Amino acid sequence: MAEAVQNARAARGPVRPRGGGHGPDTVRRSRGALLWALPPVALLALFFLYPLALVVRQSFRPDSGGTSLQPYADVFASEAFRHALWTTVWLAGASTAGCLALGFALALVIAFVPFPGAKAVARFIDVYLSFPSFLITLALLFIYGTTGIVGSFQFLTTPWGVLLAEVTYFTPFVMRPLLAAFSQLDTAQLEAASSLGARAPRIVRQVILPEALPALAAGGSLVLVLCLNEFGIVLFTGAKGVTTLPMLVYGKAILESDYPGACVVAVVNVLISVGLYGLYRVVSRRAGA
Amino acid sequence: MLVHSRKARWAVWAVFLVLFLPLFALPLLVVLGASFATHWSGVLPSHLTTANYRSATRGEALQALTTSLLTAITASLLALTVGTWAALAGAALRKRYRRLLDALFVLPVAVPSVVVGLSVLVAFSQPPMLLNGTRWIVIVAHTVLVTAFAHQSVSAAITRLDPAYEQAAASLGARPSYVLWRVRLPLLLPSLTAAAGLCFALSMGELSATMMLYPPDWTPLPVLVYAATDRGALFTGSAVAVVLMTATLLVLFAVSRVRTRASYR
Repeated sequence: MAEAVQNARAARGPVRPRGGGHGPDTVRRSRGALLWALPPVALLALFFLYPLALVVRQSFRPDSGGTSLQPYADVFASEAFRHALWTTVWLAGASTAGCLALGFALALVIAFVPFPGAKAVARFIDVYLSFPSFLITLALLFIYGTTGIVGSFQFLTTPWGVLLAEVTYFTPFVMRPLLAAFSQLDTAQLEAASSLGARAPRIVRQVILPEALPALAAGGSLVLVLCLNEFGIVLFTGAKGVTTLPMLVYGKAILESDYPGACVVAVVNVLISVGLYGLYRVVSRRAGA
Repeated sequence: MLVHSRKARWAVWAVFLVLFLPLFALPLLVVLGASFATHWSGVLPSHLTTANYRSATRGEALQALTTSLLTAITASLLALTVGTWAALAGAALRKRYRRLLDALFVLPVAVPSVVVGLSVLVAFSQPPMLLNGTRWIVIVAHTVLVTAFAHQSVSAAITRLDPAYEQAAASLGARPSYVLWRVRLPLLLPSLTAAAGLCFALSMGELSATMMLYPPDWTPLPVLVYAATDRGALFTGSAVAVVLMTATLLVLFAVSRVRTRASYR
């Protein structure tokens, strides 16, 4: 999404004094610029980085006192944590794959096989993004819940219900960058390929897909991180069988008041998602996306 | 046009509708339909009523609506100020520092919001800053979560800004503060309002961090929706959810009106 735009900034960059001059004026100006950047960074440090550091510190402090790795050993040894870790990772991976496939197909139709009202659908997707995720689960509760439309079978309390909800909610996050990328694709390329005898599947594979790869990568990795961190959808299903890492953090901290344990799970969750996000930023910069 | 034959085009559209309607339109319609009903065991909701809305617009629910609105407005304004300041300051930095600043401000997107909630809870439940149990702890968490989005969209807009305007102003003798106030900020106004809308919508629907933090006297709407569904009052819950969606859309619409007026400048 915004990353794609942000990478464009590296190409153009804002105006700065030209020439390699490190004259006294340039030095003073850059020092002034650093000074101006200080207040927002200080606020961020106070309200975000410092609390995060406290979480890391707390994860090394078991309730029995002292500093040790005991909370980590306890959490890693517990079956619930390993189960939650596995559920989180495969749910996020499967949701991302689903969102990419579905989002690509739907965006293709909107962009290249337009129908009356395709514009309205594209706008609907923008609106959709501004709704909270738990609405989807709320709707699924009516459809598949115990007194639901489809009837009472235990679909929602399985990971498949969560998977369906996550694919539904996050697909628009893939479609938006794709639609933006498609709108910049020159239709003359498609016409040329088609007049040379390529059929639709081949055009999609050899012309459209290569153009769409950066947008797919950007959307896909954003969705992966968002799925790893999703909480509302899982909370609303009320499923005891589906526990993800964010649910485990919530359960340990609020329901069990086990703060060191919650902090350990939080640290693991942060490492996974920040690691993936950082990897994605490096890769997308390399790819020149 | 990718598909030329008429029959194939209809087939593609049919597949699109079969995928799109059940997945995206149905959930919203279901929530909307349920908000007017008290029973739903067949295909259509039954026992239609507006009683759900009567309870969703008074008392506890009305208070939750004002709570959500106040939280979202405060958090978006704070986030917009900090995010814009950081984006403007970052644009003047050398490349290395600018990247560092960008990475710092993008971090809250990657950190799970439950963890942001936990960290704010851990940090501000102890002196010197004891915010736990006040409304400010919710507002702080929301601000942290949406600042990243404000910073991203404003800094993307800054790179698209044509430098000729500010150079012209500066060459005519305008001081930097004047250039900022009269040239750059007005040019950025459309993206500032867009960012404000985004922050507002995110904060209105925020549940994960809020669940970790909210004090009993500062309950935002999403928490109320969860509380209703958790005790089995699904139909009241969906009425509250519809109120939440409507409030968000109304504010987004108002914000987009500001944007269209500003972009004529």
